[in-house]
Amino acid sequence: MARTIAIFLAALAGCYGLNWFLAEFIEVVYVDYLNLIGIAIILAVSLNVVNGLTGQFSLGHAGFMAVGAFVASPISIWLTYGEFESGPLAHASLLHFGLALLACGVGAALVGVVVGAPALRLKGDYLAIATLGFGEITRIMLQSQDILGGPTGLKRIPKMPQLPGTAGWDGGTSTFWIFLVVAVLVILTVRLQRSTFGRALIAIRENELAAETMGIRSSRMKVMAFVYGAFFAGIAGALFAHYQHSVRPDDFTAVRSIGVVVMLVLGGLGSVTGAITGAVFVTLLPIMLRPVEESLASSGTPITGLSMIVYALLLIAFMIFRPQGIFGQRELSLKLLRSWVPSAVRGKGGKP
Amino acid sequence: MTCLLKTAQLTIRFGGLCAVDCCDLEIREGELFGLIGPNGAGKTTVFNMLTGVYEPSEGTVTFNGATVNGMSPPQVAALGISRTFQNIRLFDELSVLENAMTGAHRHARINLFDSLLRTKRHHREEAAQRDQAYELLRFVGLEERAGLPAKSLPYGHRRKLEIARALATKPKLICLDEPAAGMNTGEKAELSGLIRRIRDELKVTVLLIEHDMKLVMGICERIQVLDYGKTIACGTPAEIQNNPKVIEAYLGAG
Repeated sequence: MARTIAIFLAALAGCYGLNWFLAEFIEVVYVDYLNLIGIAIILAVSLNVVNGLTGQFSLGHAGFMAVGAFVASPISIWLTYGEFESGPLAHASLLHFGLALLACGVGAALVGVVVGAPALRLKGDYLAIATLGFGEITRIMLQSQDILGGPTGLKRIPKMPQLPGTAGWDGGTSTFWIFLVVAVLVILTVRLQRSTFGRALIAIRENELAAETMGIRSSRMKVMAFVYGAFFAGIAGALFAHYQHSVRPDDFTAVRSIGVVVMLVLGGLGSVTGAITGAVFVTLLPIMLRPVEESLASSGTPITGLSMIVYALLLIAFMIFRPQGIFGQRELSLKLLRSWVPSAVRGKGGKP
Repeated sequence: MTCLLKTAQLTIRFGGLCAVDCCDLEIREGELFGLIGPNGAGKTTVFNMLTGVYEPSEGTVTFNGATVNGMSPPQVAALGISRTFQNIRLFDELSVLENAMTGAHRHARINLFDSLLRTKRHHREEAAQRDQAYELLRFVGLEERAGLPAKSLPYGHRRKLEIARALATKPKLICLDEPAAGMNTGEKAELSGLIRRIRDELKVTVLLIEHDMKLVMGICERIQVLDYGKTIACGTPAEIQNNPKVIEAYLGAG
């Protein structure tokens, strides 16, 4: 417990330092890439608990992201400005932002229970279709809610709160907040994996009948994993909305859900470090291909959608040559440790 | 000795096929009971009905005074019945130790937040699960392999690990589904020793399905014989060995 607090404080300091460094030395464009990567990591690592660890194929992550965004944004707007009229952007206060994040996480988690309890009785493709349907229903329902701005969504969502000494930072404090959530999520997820609950989830993935026979209540455990994923997807949605200062239901199409699954499959389903790698890779790929596309266009042979073509080819190549993803189910750290640490120390996992 | 598990007129039909027909079993506490029969006699189907995998079409299963019919596998596990599988079902990606630890999950009295925040209760639970798992691995003779992934184990060890995992749920009755299948003579001898120790040292009642006659006759106190879903004999090994119906079922008439 004391260690938990120490780790949290270290994460706070680390994220503050990172944001300070970026504000001081790095161009805003690159900071933007990093923030997008951070949000992608939150999505990938949280979905990995459902799809990778528990082995339940969910395609509805964007739906939970939408719920989070559309719960947090109105709360944050209302608390900060006291009205919904147009005007200049302001920073949300720490308390208001915290409340909005908590509310969106809890909201998405509740939706997770309501959707997960019946949907997780389905298996494989059927679960994928049900969760995909949930995501689309959520998006379309949001489009028709006039109070949430209808199809054009919400604008003038406050900036993320300032911290002591950050007033002069051009890029704001988004990186701090996004990566604080990344750090918390990664630590919690690793801890979840290495606990009796994580083993139960993996047992369900590996052999559901055997897990049930050992007394693991698989439906309850699956809903737990689903709610955990939904909670953090909701927070990712809220961060995304606050980062962009505006949000539309169409930000959360099925394409985004599929994108998150692609990150997991590329990185290796079931591995936290794999999910992170996949998130970085899938977010950066179109960005890196953009200059190529532009130079081709200016040289007279435009290939529109080059990034999508390369993206698709890469996916196909991956599925042929490395179907288990970059890391498979192993963790980067573990793999490195195995090759670094001499065998005498390696027996440490044994009973003392 | 009190009766631990009792089935009455246990019947299951799959479409038109009656896989088990009016099976009456009575297993006493502390007994080593064998259920044998030729291939397709319905032995594993009986197991599946006992452990909540299948719901019987007719008849009842009573365990320790509670009715098992209609319960889900986790509920049956909570009553104190555990089992192994004919086609081994280990959690391949987990280590040997972790496999044995999953059996203890149902006894864990901590919640998710204990584990996420790494409270004292979490550490205590982990330590307790690990100690119990080590003890059971030692019991079945797999202690040295604790850190290996389960999928790397050779066949005979996989069977033993399944037994250790089932024992980790702290059952009153353990159902072993053909534990000796595919084992050589030496491994079989070791296995019969292990099964005896489960009963004698851990005081767990054993229900054994097995094809290997020598093994069953050597360790079981009472044996019931199934053929085409029907009970054709029940008694001590000596009685079963000389029963003409059993000889006919196994060797064919004439």
